[in-house]
Amino acid sequence: MLIRRPDDIKSSEITDESVYLDRRRFMRRAAGVATASALAPAMLLPRSVSALTTDSAAKSPLLDGVIDGPFSTDEGPTPYKDVTRYNNFYEFGTGKRDPATHSGRFKPRPWKVKVLGECDNPGDYDFDDIIKSHALQERIYRLRCVEAWSMVVPWVGVPLGPVLKRFQPNSKAKYVAFRTLFRPDEMPGQERGYLDWPYVEGLRIDEAMNPLALLAVGLYGRELPNQNGAPIRLVVPWKYGFKSIKSVVTIRFTEEQPPATWNLQAPGEYGFYSNVNPEVNHPRWSQRRERRIGDILKRDTLMFNGYGEQVASMYSGMDLKKLY
Amino acid sequence: MNQQQFIGRVLKPAIFALALVPLALLVWNAWIGELGANPIETITRETGGWGLKFLIITLFVTPLRRISGWQWLARIRRMLGLFAFFYVCLHFLTYLVLDAFFDLRYILEDITDRTYITLGFTTFLLLIPLAVTSTNAMVRRLGGQRWRRLHKLAYVTAAGGVLHFLWQVKADLREPLIYMGVLLLLYLARLPMLADRLARLRAPGREEKASAARRVAI
Repeated sequence: MLIRRPDDIKSSEITDESVYLDRRRFMRRAAGVATASALAPAMLLPRSVSALTTDSAAKSPLLDGVIDGPFSTDEGPTPYKDVTRYNNFYEFGTGKRDPATHSGRFKPRPWKVKVLGECDNPGDYDFDDIIKSHALQERIYRLRCVEAWSMVVPWVGVPLGPVLKRFQPNSKAKYVAFRTLFRPDEMPGQERGYLDWPYVEGLRIDEAMNPLALLAVGLYGRELPNQNGAPIRLVVPWKYGFKSIKSVVTIRFTEEQPPATWNLQAPGEYGFYSNVNPEVNHPRWSQRRERRIGDILKRDTLMFNGYGEQVASMYSGMDLKKLY
Repeated sequence: MNQQQFIGRVLKPAIFALALVPLALLVWNAWIGELGANPIETITRETGGWGLKFLIITLFVTPLRRISGWQWLARIRRMLGLFAFFYVCLHFLTYLVLDAFFDLRYILEDITDRTYITLGFTTFLLLIPLAVTSTNAMVRRLGGQRWRRLHKLAYVTAAGGVLHFLWQVKADLREPLIYMGVLLLLYLARLPMLADRLARLRAPGREEKASAARRVAI
């Protein structure tokens, strides 16, 4: 069913989820959209999709009903080809092209997410159960990798906070732990031991509830390609990319700070928080600058990747040089 | 055409052309836009990688000549060494221009604070005297013995290159460890005891000549 909406909606109009889920309005709109889409489909897609250049690479299916979400940057998005063919996903190999090349056997459906720990609604949730009661939003975020390169990615997803609230975390839930699928048959990198599989990551509960935190299910208006963390991944744009764990199968509410894979691998190099911070260098390389994919020269890295307005207050009083 | 002429007119130009293939591929891929999403990273990695490969290839020349008895190998060693320097220069220039953009403060901080850059920069500096003294005139001026002593630095630079590579890897150490293994074998082959054994692998009776050749080889 077509539930696409035009892209001239202000973010203030789309934050009210109940209005969006009002079935009658929704159907009326859908009917209108369906007629119009036959005439001018490109006009009705989220803004990033119409910016897609046509290349021969196979693309995943379009997502329906994507509205423009808040916090989007107006910086030019990194081309689809680069977002999907240059990234780290060590489950498929350590090279930047490995995820695109070696993720063909990966099966993102059917998909269940196990929810457990300090919450009142634990259980096995089907992918659709997690997503369907939330409107899909497009959010164009900067992504800063710890390796000093960056991108602008038009994600599609749902805010993490409201999803987590449905599981009713209790008062002991101080942290949220995430785990990636472990399936070496489909993820060839997992047959080698350069990281301790399965990949795990975690956030403090207030970080997870921050309105910036996104559970992404797509990019460029399409379902997430396998190599970008299909079918569901975290996006926390004020932290280095490796915190945004991919292909999530477990969400656990914990009282203690949960383990995080890169932090375990090299605690002196990758902290639990791993907020983007140009003042704290990685012990082996500088974090002052970054190369935006598509640029030749590097640019200055911004504190919290430029999202200080949304997140800085969560860290007031913390020494971010020690708690990097 | 005798053997000397063949080496000078065919073999050396052929190896020269072959050594330029990595650069040609890089330029070609840049031209057709196939350097990937991060072309600067690709250029940096490729030029550095080939600099290191040529350093190691150069170190193969002498042991290989001793084992095989192919004396002509000595005549291409200088060219291979200079190609190592050439690719390392391209690697350094990529850093200087495209990464640091001549920002002296940034470069100094890198050299003092980042071990892999300290190592890489030192290696680059050590290669300069080797390149400068590579001409026949310089060999004569220094004298064979002093020249040989100086050019033992080639071993240090190869080790520096491998460590420079190893130090920046995040998790998968395979490739730099392969280089390190090859380098260790080359070091072993240089131990006097093993070097003589290797020379004796060839037809008996020629060992005297080979040993003499080793003494005069530069």
